[in-house]
Amino acid sequence: MNAVANQETHKDIQGNHANRPQNFISPEVNIFETKDGYVLQAEMPGVNKEGLEVTLEGNELTILGRRNRQELNLSPLYRESSTADYRRVFELDPAIDTGKVNAQMNQGVLTLHLPKSEKVKPRKVTVSD
Amino acid sequence: MIMNSLTRWQRPDLAAWPTFGKLFGLRDELDRLFESPFSELARGSQLLSVWNPALDVYEDKDNVVVTAELPGMKKEDIDVSLHDGSLSISGERKREEKFEGAETYREERFVGRFQRTISLPSAVDGAKVKAQYKDGILTITLPKAEEAKPKQIEVNVN
Repeated sequence: MNAVANQETHKDIQGNHANRPQNFISPEVNIFETKDGYVLQAEMPGVNKEGLEVTLEGNELTILGRRNRQELNLSPLYRESSTADYRRVFELDPAIDTGKVNAQMNQGVLTLHLPKSEKVKPRKVTVSD
Repeated sequence: MIMNSLTRWQRPDLAAWPTFGKLFGLRDELDRLFESPFSELARGSQLLSVWNPALDVYEDKDNVVVTAELPGMKKEDIDVSLHDGSLSISGERKREEKFEGAETYREERFVGRFQRTISLPSAVDGAKVKAQYKDGILTITLPKAEEAKPKQIEVNVN
């Protein structure tokens, strides 16, 4: 686990561009398991399809959402929302077929479908006489 | 067990307040409350709090702009109303039925009603208010009433 952590920190430093805020907030997620696979939903308001990066490295799934920052000539009076981008890392069940992961973005919610590979799906065996 | 293989990987130096899905029962939650320092209690936990979507208020010389983070809503489920100089945003997010029978590993997203009310920093023209919902953010543009707009007065010095 520590090896993973170090690797992560290293990656963050390397990816640090001059004006890019590098502090991330962790999006809230729901994870469900259906008979065909997993469904992961992550809340990332302010992120559209273009700002989304989903990466799979081995069994590690990283979701990264960059906010669509519009240049508005408005002065803020009161602010509760965060300006940080979203990032969260998950360790995947080895049964997931990583080649068939599907992602959708709808109104700031990312939905990932993570299907189980065919060989691990429960199979019904008919008993012959 | 499969259940452990989808757990969240957390960097050890980020001691975030844990979020409570169905994985933790109310009892665990209460145990935690008694063990936690007061500062953490003050921040609250999801189980005992309500959905308070983040609101921002901006202005320029012609408009007051209010934004609210409301990811994954249906447009029809958001209500915006203006009354006596205060703006209310309310709505409800329903549990998704298609996952009713599914095994739940994490449930951090809020379900249920929310309501936020703010008093507006200046008088607005209620008839010209516009609302837009995009990328999970509701943006309400409220044009300032004529009398509330800053006016430039020309002074002629002879």
